[in-house]
Amino acid sequence: MEALLAQLEAQLADNSIFTLQTLSYYGEGLVTTVQLVFLSLIIGLVAAVPLAIGRGSRRRWVKMPIFLYTYVFRGTPLLVQLYLIYYGVVFVEGIQESWLWVILEKPFVPALIAFTLNTAAYTTEIFHGAIKATPRGEIEAARAYGMSRALMLRRIVLPSAFRRALPAYGNEVIFMLHASAIASVVTIMDLTGAARFVYARFYAPFEAFLFVAAIYLCLTFAILYLFRYLERRLLAHLKPASG
Amino acid sequence: MKLQTILSLGVLGAAMIAGSASAEVRDIRIGVDVPYEPMEYRTPDGELTGFDIDLGNALCAEIGIECEWVVQGWDGIIPGLMARKYDAIMSSMTINEQRREQVLFSDPYITPPSAWFAPADVEIGTPSEESLEGLTLGVQRGTLQDNYVTDLYGDVAEVNRYATADDMVLDMDSGRLDAVFLDFPIGKSTLLDSEAGDYKLVGEMITEPQEYFGEGFGIAFRQRDQELAEAFNEALATLRENGTYDEIHERYFGKE
Amino acid sequence: MIDLHGYGPRLLEGALITIELAVLSLILAIVLGLATASAKMSRNWLLHRTGTLYTTVIRGVPDLVLMMLMFFGGQIGINMVTDWLYDRFGIDTFINVNEFVAGVITIGLIFGAYMGETFRGAFMAVESGQIEAGRAYGMSHWLVFRRIRFPQMMRHALPGLSNNWMVLLKTTALVSVIGLSDMVRVAAEASKATREPFTFMIIVAAIYLLIASVSEWGFARLQKRYNVGYGEAD
Repeated sequence: MEALLAQLEAQLADNSIFTLQTLSYYGEGLVTTVQLVFLSLIIGLVAAVPLAIGRGSRRRWVKMPIFLYTYVFRGTPLLVQLYLIYYGVVFVEGIQESWLWVILEKPFVPALIAFTLNTAAYTTEIFHGAIKATPRGEIEAARAYGMSRALMLRRIVLPSAFRRALPAYGNEVIFMLHASAIASVVTIMDLTGAARFVYARFYAPFEAFLFVAAIYLCLTFAILYLFRYLERRLLAHLKPASG
Repeated sequence: MKLQTILSLGVLGAAMIAGSASAEVRDIRIGVDVPYEPMEYRTPDGELTGFDIDLGNALCAEIGIECEWVVQGWDGIIPGLMARKYDAIMSSMTINEQRREQVLFSDPYITPPSAWFAPADVEIGTPSEESLEGLTLGVQRGTLQDNYVTDLYGDVAEVNRYATADDMVLDMDSGRLDAVFLDFPIGKSTLLDSEAGDYKLVGEMITEPQEYFGEGFGIAFRQRDQELAEAFNEALATLRENGTYDEIHERYFGKE
Repeated sequence: MIDLHGYGPRLLEGALITIELAVLSLILAIVLGLATASAKMSRNWLLHRTGTLYTTVIRGVPDLVLMMLMFFGGQIGINMVTDWLYDRFGIDTFINVNEFVAGVITIGLIFGAYMGETFRGAFMAVESGQIEAGRAYGMSHWLVFRRIRFPQMMRHALPGLSNNWMVLLKTTALVSVIGLSDMVRVAAEASKATREPFTFMIIVAAIYLLIASVSEWGFARLQKRYNVGYGEAD
């Protein structure tokens, strides 16, 4: 490791921008971006399942609030949502004296909340669409077996809906990765934050932003291949049979 | 297939269209980033004012040329000079080696110190690695204060970087920042003298090491505009002698 | 009524800038999208590859990063050219990459890539029999395009187009980060000055929803028009 670092340092010696220090900023930025995106996607995903089921409910008082939520969060820019939450929480009365402030004081949690609410709204609509597209035959078959609504949902509807939702959800994951770049606006040192720092310090826009663009591109490809792999595995039965 | 070729070419042409204009040689435009009270800011009715503005206008009058101020964000202020969006920058820019590689500086026209500011109820000793450990510090992105704080305290404290001084003040008001590092006159005007919050100066004024704090604020020109820089240097010397400089200084910083 | 602390007119101006930005970007994106779709369907190897590279790279990088690259980097790139012109020929011109221009070009470039995919799919959905029929009538390439391919393609492209427009509209908010006084930036400034983030941000959110709803209605009408003769029409 030591030898590797020494070698790296020698490599970087005649270049004033990509020093070990700036590379460590990019490294930390990568970790922050991945954390932020991964956490918001996981929480958003978990929240989206019941929301999507509720969205398809026949009861208006269940359906309408969820529809309103997804409509608002999908219809407005994430940046506006982030500003609202980051600056807005400050003005909630008494919050600065409560224990909550300890976590809301840092920009990470407000950003995580904004990202989660946003991705949950999109994911809800994706799942809702996938559930609606369940072939009638599958439902009728489940009913014929005497399955209860809950059992049918768990065994038949959801598993097949998840598979159908996979391609659209893959797009949502990439969208979230790209959207996370705005975290730097509220002082979070994510990948873009690191690039903005390097740019401002060295006035080197090409080095700063092309480098970070390349990292995002690699991340995007990684996600793309992961989802392609998952689709191959999980959607194999939908492929036309080959001789 | 012809159609596709035509379409592709048409787009290439369209992509190349951007606003273009030519600059007159005699016309001096000066780039400035506002607000940075009291150095440069707008009065409530939108007029530019401040130490840099008044001194700049006086210098232009002394040289006998017309000056027009162009407002430009700090992030893009040096690229804007290179692009001939304006011919000089007079915007509280510290002279240092790194910038010297890009631009030509006039003689320093003022040398303000930097200083730490914190909410009155925050207990901080004289700033050092120990006293700042674990705190959240605010700086304006890409300023010499950013470089100084990042290099000295970046490992022990969290450094939050802001696009404008305003954003920083808001986060300090809301309790997200423990201390900020600013040019002293700006901190005095936006924090100590403001009615929004209760703030105090922490520790001494800081002007060393020169590697960060340079020689003071200078007017930046493009490297090839040597004559222009010379003209400003001469005018500055004259204004210092005939008392105009002191008069402007007093207007914004009071009597020494 | 809501107290806007005198920021009302500026907010309105900002909203107009947002709309202008969105519409100009959309036009650029459609032109680029048509060109990309043509390039990708072309038998010319180079055009095909260029089109693919463009859509892949653009869709792999965050909008904000591209915008900063364009705004900060584009200026320096253009400087190099104008500096060279100045040194070599004494031509003193400057091309100003301001926030608005950078915004339109970046958003246009990004959504050009998405539009390219939309248009390509839509062009391919037009039955070749119809094109052949047009040719059989002795129509020129251009006439076939204008009378048969384009209108039919639009029917298939409209849902994707509408979707892209909705995303594009929200992307305009990012231009506030590089300094353009669109409504998001005005609202952010107003929130900071008045310490009332809820008031201003909620108004901005409402304006976005309003624009989105109006355009949804508009697209539904267009869809109806292009669907004439395809069942759903009444």
